[in-house]
Amino acid sequence: MNWLIDFFGDAANWSGPDGIPARLLEHLEFSAAAFLIAALVAVPLGMLIGHTGRGALLVVISANAARALPTLGLLVLVVLLIGVGTVLPVLVPLVVLAIPPILVNTYEGVRGVDPDLRDAAYGMGLRGYQVLFRTLTPVALPLILLGLRLAAIQVVSTATVAAFVGLGGLGRFIIDGLATKSYSSVIGGAVLIAALALAVQLGFTLLNRAVVSPGVRQVR
Amino acid sequence: MNDEPLVRWDWILRNWDNGSPSAIRTLLENHVVMAFLPVVFGLLIALPLGLACMRWRWLYQPTAGLMNVTYSLPSLVLFSIFLSVTGLSQSTVILPLTFFTLAVLIPAVVDGLTSVPDHVRQSAVAMGFRPLRRLLQVELPVAVPVVLAGLRVATVSSISLVSVGALIGQGGLGNLFIDGWQRQFYTPIVVGIALIVLLAVLSDGLLVLAQRLLTPWSRARRTA
Repeated sequence: MNWLIDFFGDAANWSGPDGIPARLLEHLEFSAAAFLIAALVAVPLGMLIGHTGRGALLVVISANAARALPTLGLLVLVVLLIGVGTVLPVLVPLVVLAIPPILVNTYEGVRGVDPDLRDAAYGMGLRGYQVLFRTLTPVALPLILLGLRLAAIQVVSTATVAAFVGLGGLGRFIIDGLATKSYSSVIGGAVLIAALALAVQLGFTLLNRAVVSPGVRQVR
Repeated sequence: MNDEPLVRWDWILRNWDNGSPSAIRTLLENHVVMAFLPVVFGLLIALPLGLACMRWRWLYQPTAGLMNVTYSLPSLVLFSIFLSVTGLSQSTVILPLTFFTLAVLIPAVVDGLTSVPDHVRQSAVAMGFRPLRRLLQVELPVAVPVVLAGLRVATVSSISLVSVGALIGQGGLGNLFIDGWQRQFYTPIVVGIALIVLLAVLSDGLLVLAQRLLTPWSRARRTA
């Protein structure tokens, strides 16, 4: 507890480029950028693969690879290979690790729609893309959102570790604190990141309530 | 960026088993211990907890919620928090990873037991199986595929998450990443990634094999 008071009570931690607000903003910026790029790639791709059934193997492989690949190793290797100093090399692994959960869940969601429902939509005269956007997408939405949530959490988590390779953000409090044996900074940073992760979790729960059709929710 | 080759084989040979605590073999052994103990502990805790959630349904919602929250916390955050309790020891990695394993396995156990068809359960009752024997000989075997699916996810994640522990000084093969980063030296990083992925693929394969051995009927049905 004393560590928390030390950390949050210290006025120096609340201002300047390494203060809590600046670090939080950095963390959010990187995370949001990586998350948006990943979503823009993975949601359309997952919908396409789920709708056409082509490329399913790619989804399975990416899911397994993403789970087995160690984040820290990937970060360190990519940053050393591309070059230290800029944001881009850190963004690459963040995006790469965020894509699989979105891809898998979007694919599973679209794939898992009741075939009767799909046939009914075709029977009513909808075209392929109309079936995808008007029928499959709303029904698959809970799973798509689950994928996005897992990806967002993954990004926040990886961005924390990325502080080690020179990225700013809240992870710095932990990494720098460990380097200088300042445990109030380590614990304070950990608590801030935990709060951020929980906020993301809560945000997606609320989003789920707001956008998923009540009819779809009842079935689940 | 430098002209360093991606892999220097002679470095691997020299450091595989050189007797120092940073020998690749020693790191691999530590890694295996820190990755598998959480899965074993997790399974031992998840089975009774999952059974409890089946018996008292009201328990499941809060348990699942709590596990969901735990799962959303970055591993480095949990390691840091445990650091103040357990210090610089392997427990600082093993205990948080046990929580991650639980977050995957408790839902798997509950889903697995829920997946037992009612007619199967009733047949067992009608044949005079008492609850304990019914659980051990009918319900758990039928639940094996779902539980093992969870176990595969938990094992592979655990193997890869241990490496983050390197940031708090207990990362098994993850220490190779720190080493490679500090010396701008690719070989240890590549070796670390390769061994971790290999370990994950191998464990996953063993679990698939275990599932085939534990559920011979699913194969019989396919060939029949």
